[in-house]
Amino acid sequence: MAIAVPKAADARIDRLERIWAERPGVMGWLTTVDHKRIGLMFLFTSLAFFAAGGVEALLIRTQLLQPNGTVLGPNGFNEAMTMHGVTMIFLFVVPISIGAFGNYLVPMMIGARDMAFPRLNAFSFWVFLAAGIFMYVGVFSGNAPTAGWFDYVPLAENTYSPGPGIDFYALGLIFTGVSSTATAVNLIVTIFKLRAPGMSINRMPLFCFAFLAVAFALVFALPALTCALVLLEFDRLLGFHFYDIAAGGDTILWQNLFWIFGHPEVYIIILPAFGIATSIIPTFVRRRMVAFPMVALAEILVAFIGFGVWAHHMFAVGLSQVTNIYFAAASLIIVIPSGIQLFAWITTIVTGTPRFKTPLLWIVGFIVLFIIGGLSGITFAAIPFDQQLTDTYYVVAHFHYVIFGAAVFPILGGLYYWFPKVTGRMYFERWGQASFWVSFAGMNLTFFPMHIVGLLGMPRRQYTYPSDLGWTGYNIIESIGAYLLAAGLLMVVANLIVSSFRGEAAGRDPFGGATLEWATSSPPPAYNYAVIPKVSSPYPMWDAEDRDEDVANLASGRMVLEQGHETPASTAVDADWDEILDMPSSSPWPVVLAVAISGIFAFVLLKQWIAAGVFVVATLVVLAAWHGKEPQRA
Amino acid sequence: MKKWGWGITLGALLLSGCGKQSPLEPQSPASHDIAVLWWWMLGIAAVVFFGAVALLAIGWVRRDRPGLPFIGENEGVTTGLVVTFGMVIPVIVLVALFAVSDLWLVKRTGAPDPGTTSMTIRVIGHQWFWEVRYPGTRAVTANEIHIPARTRVQVIATTADVIHSFWVPQLNRKIDMIPGNENRVLLYADNPGIYRGQCAEFCGLQHAHMAMKVFAEPRKRFQGWLKDQEERAVTPATPEEREGRQLFLQNACAGCHTIRGTSAQGSIGPDLTHVASRSTLAAVTLPNTNHALERWIRDPQHVKPGTKMPALDLSNTDFAAIGSYLDHLR
Repeated sequence: MAIAVPKAADARIDRLERIWAERPGVMGWLTTVDHKRIGLMFLFTSLAFFAAGGVEALLIRTQLLQPNGTVLGPNGFNEAMTMHGVTMIFLFVVPISIGAFGNYLVPMMIGARDMAFPRLNAFSFWVFLAAGIFMYVGVFSGNAPTAGWFDYVPLAENTYSPGPGIDFYALGLIFTGVSSTATAVNLIVTIFKLRAPGMSINRMPLFCFAFLAVAFALVFALPALTCALVLLEFDRLLGFHFYDIAAGGDTILWQNLFWIFGHPEVYIIILPAFGIATSIIPTFVRRRMVAFPMVALAEILVAFIGFGVWAHHMFAVGLSQVTNIYFAAASLIIVIPSGIQLFAWITTIVTGTPRFKTPLLWIVGFIVLFIIGGLSGITFAAIPFDQQLTDTYYVVAHFHYVIFGAAVFPILGGLYYWFPKVTGRMYFERWGQASFWVSFAGMNLTFFPMHIVGLLGMPRRQYTYPSDLGWTGYNIIESIGAYLLAAGLLMVVANLIVSSFRGEAAGRDPFGGATLEWATSSPPPAYNYAVIPKVSSPYPMWDAEDRDEDVANLASGRMVLEQGHETPASTAVDADWDEILDMPSSSPWPVVLAVAISGIFAFVLLKQWIAAGVFVVATLVVLAAWHGKEPQRA
Repeated sequence: MKKWGWGITLGALLLSGCGKQSPLEPQSPASHDIAVLWWWMLGIAAVVFFGAVALLAIGWVRRDRPGLPFIGENEGVTTGLVVTFGMVIPVIVLVALFAVSDLWLVKRTGAPDPGTTSMTIRVIGHQWFWEVRYPGTRAVTANEIHIPARTRVQVIATTADVIHSFWVPQLNRKIDMIPGNENRVLLYADNPGIYRGQCAEFCGLQHAHMAMKVFAEPRKRFQGWLKDQEERAVTPATPEEREGRQLFLQNACAGCHTIRGTSAQGSIGPDLTHVASRSTLAAVTLPNTNHALERWIRDPQHVKPGTKMPALDLSNTDFAAIGSYLDHLR
């Protein structure tokens, strides 16, 4: 869209640039409240943790490469296994999807200039970083947790897990929960209130529906986890007996609380990926999504029903038969909204004219993997089969097809897809496709044999296995697959790094995308849009007249909001014009607050109650300063 | 080994597979039903998978032509396809699956109804071995469960410490061992044989080395075995064995293990009254040979790192004496 910009428009853009400029250099990053920079910080941090989790995975596969392996030993294996799960779920998938993709893209897709609470957003990132460092301090000081990511009691109690390992885990997860909750609340308010006037809820991109569903799921699921962890720390640090059956506590309480969080968490992990898929597919098949309203409802329903299925993780616990049957039925019901989405993607591809470029390849790969993971998931709703195969490698195969196949594949496809938008450069297409095929082969080679070895009776989470049970060959294939998968992922990283320096200029819309982020320059300016875009469908970039109207508006000064640091707010459902919001500017308080809170967690871990108290006071002081009156801008 | 008869039978069985652990080689009605359910689910899943992939393939073949084959572009038909494949067909399949597995089959694999079993065994999980008791008798053993074949046996599963899970896949599905709970599951073997089982809930450092074997035997042989297990330990015959017993009782061994008929009454480790009659050591970590037994008592922390059994500071001749004493506890 090379359009001659009249002088008046130039002047307005200059003005916006001045108003929205942040500090240069490191201080700029430390104090930024720009959702795009915060999104990028989430991206780089979570990718670093992805690398850590990947190294742990490779260690596990190397230990299990052959029977009676001696690479890690039992303790090293349990550390790697626990930290692999914790890292991938809490420090990689969730933060990269809601922190990086959600943060960067949701405001852009709804035509807003920032998130609703920019400083809370910055705070959310700094807390996430601090929590990640907190947990890895545990690892590098030789105190990694070893009770697995679901950390069942009484194994996780002091009696059986002495030392601070579990405390690093429990306090670290409470800590990350602060970050996720803040991001979730921010996304909800942003999606409800900051949509460009005209983007009524039925015109909202499916990507945003997915993130809205995820944000609500987080807000309701995390308290159960936090509660479980707080009770655990009361037991561990203060000698309480919440989970101690001998003293009148309840062991199963932990499992219930954990999975009340843990199963919605699965949908929290895959729904953003569904959102990414519903962004990439229309662009590359050049048609609108089939059954749009059904898909939107399905996204919400999945998040909702996801709260009613948790006990299918507990079919072997010996709950009453009626309980088991209820949860099996609920688990079957959730197949329906997933099936609707699946066949909506497939029929969209079939009826469109797909160009199988790198991002779409990842999405097609995702669809194939999700079918496998979904089908194996259904088998767990057959109670006797679940009771036979739970806690075997069959489960490990299933949830890696879901989490790696159905969540990480779209995330990687999304990295390629939005790379030109974020960097202004194109990735290398051939290498992009090669990286997909290597990763796809590695993924299947690693995880498919796990189904078989599980069906042959190999339990999960064992640091070694004997040679006479017929498991060896499959384990060798799995380990080779893991190295291949690592090579594929390195190809993705190498492609994106080299491309960010040497890639061709991308322009604002290299793929003919459907959603608003393609309307602005690449990379986008700090204020995202010089004109708040006009929206009259969920595919605003395909409404050429609306985009022409934006250009006209810029010339005339309509919808520009160049008087201050501002973005419009609209009504929650119909997106009628509501008011103009004066947005907060950059601030050092979020990072300072995160540091103060880190102090509380560190000293609670060390049982230094007085020092922890000092940091509680410091936190309150920082909060007061944050909310103090600021000098008015000129 | 001194008593050859049993040793040879056991050895032959050990060599011929030493007990399998595959749910796909069922040896009981319950496991058989679950395996059949699996093959049915796999068949239906394969149809769904290849059907969906075929649709994607059509998308690839027709990548330059919009719309559906024959029908062309018709929003009503495409939405209809989503409803058919995404809702109608799944509802039918899932209702059928629910009825078969969760209403019918679940009863066949559930805990046995009271009074329908002729025998009960208590299995208690420990970090990291299985304590096995036969209520109504004095028999206590470890890591080996003997049952009469073709007999319904109720297992009461519980734990002495953390959560474990009792699982012998060829004979039935698993059941968790929860502190303060008494979960029940049915053991039934169609034929005599050895069936391997393993702890299926992560229970700490040596979760990998917490296996067991179920010996399903003809009823007569089982009763003979049970009678032997009720006996007190035999008294040592040779001077070396007597020396070994003395050392066992004087050192830490006796604080953790019980040998019925002696002053050793510990309850931390397995009952060793008839340890020599078992086929393996340390929860199926080592074969129960003279050599392996000595290696195990000399250096348990190397064989099974983290086990509660400490390494004792004794001389070579002392270890040999303890070894020969235990080796004679048939």
